[in-house]
Amino acid sequence: MKKRITVALILISVLVSTFCPWVHAEEAESITVYNWGQYISDGTDGYLDVIEEFTARTGIKVNYITYDSNESMYTKLKTGGATYDVIIPSDYMIAKLIEEDMLEPLNFDNIPNFQYIDEEFRNMEYDPENLYSVPYTWGTVGIIYNTKYVDDASSWASLWDERYEGKILMFDNCRDAFAIAQSRLGYSLNTEDVEELEACADLLKEQKPLVQSYVMDQIFDKMEREEAWIAPYYAGDYLFMVQENENLAFSFPEEGYNVFVDAMCIPKGCQNKEGAEAFINFLCDPEISGQNLEYLGYSTPETEAKQYMDPNVANSDIAYPDAETLSRATSFVNLSTEANQAMNSLWLEVKTAGSNTATYLIYTAIAVVIVAVIAVVIAMQKKKKKQRRGQSRK
Amino acid sequence: MKSKLLSAPYIVWMILFTLVPLGVVFYYAFADVNTGQFTMANLANMGTYTPIFLRSIWLSLAASAICLVIGYPVAYYISQTKPTTQRFLSMLIMLPMCMSFLLRTLAWVALLEDTGIINRLLSNFGIGPLPLIRNNGAVILGMVYNYLPYMILPLYSVMVKIDRRLIEAAQDLGCNSRQVFGKVIFPLSVPGIISGISMVFVPAVSTFYISQKLGSTGTTLIGDVIESQFKGAYNPNLGAAMSLVLMVLIFICVGIMNHFGEDNSEEGMVTI
Repeated sequence: MKKRITVALILISVLVSTFCPWVHAEEAESITVYNWGQYISDGTDGYLDVIEEFTARTGIKVNYITYDSNESMYTKLKTGGATYDVIIPSDYMIAKLIEEDMLEPLNFDNIPNFQYIDEEFRNMEYDPENLYSVPYTWGTVGIIYNTKYVDDASSWASLWDERYEGKILMFDNCRDAFAIAQSRLGYSLNTEDVEELEACADLLKEQKPLVQSYVMDQIFDKMEREEAWIAPYYAGDYLFMVQENENLAFSFPEEGYNVFVDAMCIPKGCQNKEGAEAFINFLCDPEISGQNLEYLGYSTPETEAKQYMDPNVANSDIAYPDAETLSRATSFVNLSTEANQAMNSLWLEVKTAGSNTATYLIYTAIAVVIVAVIAVVIAMQKKKKKQRRGQSRK
Repeated sequence: MKSKLLSAPYIVWMILFTLVPLGVVFYYAFADVNTGQFTMANLANMGTYTPIFLRSIWLSLAASAICLVIGYPVAYYISQTKPTTQRFLSMLIMLPMCMSFLLRTLAWVALLEDTGIINRLLSNFGIGPLPLIRNNGAVILGMVYNYLPYMILPLYSVMVKIDRRLIEAAQDLGCNSRQVFGKVIFPLSVPGIISGISMVFVPAVSTFYISQKLGSTGTTLIGDVIESQFKGAYNPNLGAAMSLVLMVLIFICVGIMNHFGEDNSEEGMVTI
């Protein structure tokens, strides 16, 4: 009996120590970073391992978690449960987070490397007084295509080209997907007009039968292995993919496209604000930024960082397009809740559209009839047996 | 009294992690996204998703039927072997379950893709890329592959308990092997069939990953839609309403199947 009590006590103490943070008071300082997938140099191919370097310099451990869209990050923040110290959302999402009072103002005394951020990336529209965010990267959305199969992708219309049926990928995130339809139809990328949004949804529905699948980060694999031929995605990721498959090319569509800034923020409820600021400061270090973004392919907001990059990357006209090309680009602003919801429900319509109700009705009806027939047969047999049983008892 | 005490942890667990979340789902399904006030709007629009519900049910019914057709002979064969072989074979059946569900599905993607292993192999013989992936068949295949063990194991555990003497008695009374199967083995294995079908159908109808990976843009299942409402669209209320409807549908399906089960267990008793 005593033995059993000891075992129980040990079990309980193990449980308590796993679930109660205060037992681990002596544990090393740590921060939790919540970032886009494939969005930090992780030490592959001899590039810098940014997180390891940060821990080596500061002794702060990093828990690194990723998401695949601004919206899923927002949902995680909103539903709570987990706490994060650093997040890296895009411009319009930062505006939304500021509006909903979900960000901590930064203490720029702890982020001296902010001085390296170029003037044009300070006090951006989404954070006019630059209180909450420090730019991490910027970039554009364009068409990535395989020159072996696709000869011209200068227009978004090539994503609707029937010759590429089944080889077209599309954004699995409603804002980016709608932006493409908006560019094609000549609407603003920030339109809140429901009729315009409906027209966009119709255009996307039209495209749906041609689309192989709606993806985010799986695009790397699919384009590199030529499972798909043409896809809209971020320019920085193109520069990453082209290293794996040199047949890939990138175009800035003539109708216009989205330009974005992803910036580092600290969400409300963070556990280690100073550690988070140290991390932000570290990522702004021109040497780190240069090496990190050389690997990522995204564009740096620090001219100073370019000297630490491979000159080919630093002078790439895809990462740093000329003023004329950039003049076609628009950045997203935060939409009203109504417009966001309208867009979301239209997007759901797009994703669920095109199914043939009639055929499924027939199939299901057949299945139900078969099941019903079996049920009747079994019931009748049972009745017969009961009768027989009744007779034999007599 | 003692048994009550022993079941207390489970009851607490059930209340905390099954009943309370169910209540939350229920609450969300009837609340407005913006105001949180009572509304029927989430459920009222459910008709729009009828084709998605039907497709989910149809595909998972098909998967259950195929699982049964494949699983029944396998389970019967295993139950007829020596006990040591039985242990080995049932371990083999369980082996794929040791690997992550996501990995197993991704492995099928690598096999079936246009540039996948099978198509590359075929292209050596000049056979052009076959449309193996991104259709209903691929989704059903994924379901069958992932859920087949859930069909075989209950069938096997029922069959292995069938009293050998009943089979011998039937043979003594002049049944040929087909009659033995039809009059003894099959009726006695019906409870296994019922639980096998429920164990395949229920997870298959609410699955969300298989269709995204193996299906086309037109094979979206209800699980995918629910996931998107919670993950990207931040409309947990609509997601909850869909889950609720799905739950009711599953209860109805399982209820019907259990009804068969009752019928047949009685019948089994009659045979004995």
